[in-house]
Amino acid sequence: MSRPILVRGAHIIDSSDGIEEVGDLLLRDGGVVARGGSLAAPDGALTVDAAGLIAAPGFVDLHTHLREPGREDKETILTGTKAGARSGFTTLCAMPNTEPPIDSATIVEYVIRCAAEAGPVRVLPIGCVTRGRAGKELADMEELARAGVIGFSDDGAPVPTGQLMQMALSYARELGLPVIDHCEDYSITRGLGIHDGWVASRLGLPGYPSAGEESLIARDIALAELTGGHFHAAHISTTGGAELVRQAKARGLHVTAEVTPHHLAMSEEWVLGIHGEANAETPVALGAYDTNAKVSPPLRPLSDRAAMIAALRDGTIDCIATDHAPHTFADKATPFEEAAVGISELDTALGLLLGLVHSGELSLSTLIHRLTAGPAALLGERGARLGTLRPGAAADVVLLDLDAEWPVDTRDFFSKGKNSPLQGDRLRGKVRLTIAQGELAYDGIGIGAQA
Amino acid sequence: MTIGAVIEPAVVPETTLAPRRHVLDLDDFSSPEIAAVLDTAVGMREVLGRDIKKAPSLRGKVVLTLFYEASTRTRVSFEQAGKILSADVINIAASGSSAEKGESLLNTALTLQAMRADVLVVRHPAAGAPYYIARNLERTRVVNAGDGRHAHPTQALLDLLTMRDRLGSLAGRRVVIVGDVLHSRVARSNVWGLSKAGANVVLSGPPTLIPPEFANPALQRSLPGVSYESNLDAAIEGADVVMALRLQTERQEAGMLPSVREYTRRWQVTEQRMRAAAPKALVMHPGPLNEGIELSSSLAHGTASAIEEQVTNGVAIRMALLYRLLTGEQEAATP
Repeated sequence: MSRPILVRGAHIIDSSDGIEEVGDLLLRDGGVVARGGSLAAPDGALTVDAAGLIAAPGFVDLHTHLREPGREDKETILTGTKAGARSGFTTLCAMPNTEPPIDSATIVEYVIRCAAEAGPVRVLPIGCVTRGRAGKELADMEELARAGVIGFSDDGAPVPTGQLMQMALSYARELGLPVIDHCEDYSITRGLGIHDGWVASRLGLPGYPSAGEESLIARDIALAELTGGHFHAAHISTTGGAELVRQAKARGLHVTAEVTPHHLAMSEEWVLGIHGEANAETPVALGAYDTNAKVSPPLRPLSDRAAMIAALRDGTIDCIATDHAPHTFADKATPFEEAAVGISELDTALGLLLGLVHSGELSLSTLIHRLTAGPAALLGERGARLGTLRPGAAADVVLLDLDAEWPVDTRDFFSKGKNSPLQGDRLRGKVRLTIAQGELAYDGIGIGAQA
Repeated sequence: MTIGAVIEPAVVPETTLAPRRHVLDLDDFSSPEIAAVLDTAVGMREVLGRDIKKAPSLRGKVVLTLFYEASTRTRVSFEQAGKILSADVINIAASGSSAEKGESLLNTALTLQAMRADVLVVRHPAAGAPYYIARNLERTRVVNAGDGRHAHPTQALLDLLTMRDRLGSLAGRRVVIVGDVLHSRVARSNVWGLSKAGANVVLSGPPTLIPPEFANPALQRSLPGVSYESNLDAAIEGADVVMALRLQTERQEAGMLPSVREYTRRWQVTEQRMRAAAPKALVMHPGPLNEGIELSSSLAHGTASAIEEQVTNGVAIRMALLYRLLTGEQEAATP
């Protein structure tokens, strides 16, 4: 059994019940024993001086690609969970587009076993909606649920037909789990990984219009109403998509949504290699066609970015999920149209998100809520002890230093995926310590050396 | 006699222009630099008109053409330009995308650089491929011979030269570009060049084939002097130049056009339509021409047509660019 841990003098922010105070935290036997006030250190406890640091519940990522089994050249459960812990994630929900895909109890069990061997970060698998992720017939959803999946998704691709989606929602409703759809209407989208706007046009690239995302969100909302099932919209990125979710919630439908850090912090200009506003007359630079900014859904206009932040603030969007998508060098070392889609996100997620706090666009308590209690609420019983520091909760804690500045160097990533458009940028704010299930998952202050 | 004495332009003092490493699009050319390139090309055209078309300027230089897309006119034009200036020109025809080819585009480019190519002339179906190559090469210079639907800067320069020959200054001239602008790298690069030259560019064609930033003023992403007029007759009114673009028949199959017949009725450039243009207006086409679709046959072969001049100027412009890229820098003289 691991040692008890006493966190001393932290600024505790626990949005599960609105607590914000300076105090101590005591963790023992994988759980939170006491929160707040001045606590005595039990015998043999590891004591962490957290003065000046924020203590929050460990973060929950509903959407990450760990690539194992099958694509261990891109990422493994070990490297992915280490990268996650660096950004404070103590729970990662693993998308099933592995090779083979997570469409049977055998693969679910394999992922759970690998995760247990990898370290203390919790990995919760998501199962396929369709067998083999082929989009033809439903996977054995009940078998997957019994094996421990927390939802169903064919992410990377949408559930292709309305009829299949209707069946999946009906089945998942009975199992008490969400269907997480990657909403992309192939009959509308043409190019991949870049918004169908002025930047795409300027670069001569076919684009992915907002309508391609919104038409499928609208379809799935209608089907959630028809079936009473829980539709969770993966990585929404458009003003119109957020509005559809807002209306569905107002009507009392079981519809939830997530947004990625990159859709909150980046915009279509990033494909030009410009990290901010750009002008139509600016020449295309050699750094343009940045394949590391190629992601699906694509980085949208600045107006959509603002709408995503607004929807996150008003609760339309339930949580932030990374859509961490690591790729190899060769996958991205190509002309834009041939490059793989996705951003390696876990190493930088927190630093990127804290930028929104520093700019005043998001409050720290809202940010923490959408990384903790927000996503935990979507995990049902499995999330009951997550996203909170109340006594009895899982011993998942993150200590944040809001002001530490650091340069992004992808060579230092724990993730195998170095595909980040942030290379060379500076971020402000980082994790100092991540405790998952009562054990050190990331140690940025050398506290482990005390042991 | 040195060839430089004949072809060096006297109009623009070259020292005021920043040295150029690559030619990727016209967006990073200043107006004086465009003028200087055109002036150099005028000198090159003189060499091209001689009985013995040979000058020693690029002796010992290696020019590689790397074409991932079929092309006759552009590739031959570059090859001829290099050979007239005594460069060693090697043509590499690659088929399909770099991914299909087995070796990555990056490794191909690095290999060619390691063979000490001085210039790599690249055509690729993926927009931005020449930028990607240029970003990764330290020694070899890159000339974009057409990348996807993005850019075709040497075509735009030869078009500018053709217009300047006939009209003189392009400032305030009305230039109509008609057809499939959306998929046209020729149109995109021309829009840059013409906008910098102070021309009024009027785009015309089916609304499905016009890039949104030009078709929709509300986006505020258009360039100075560029507008859209779907009605070709209105667009041609008083035009000094009418440039028709090639229509790929696949566009109709992809549902972007009701029919080729309808396109021809609304957007074919005809002698009758040209009556509304300015006197001595010229008609241009980048080729290859679908005669009877984009242009009426009589117009394509009439006096207003500048199509053959475009081809000749294409060789001159490519000579000028290779010359400027490879002799512009101060290199240690070798015996």
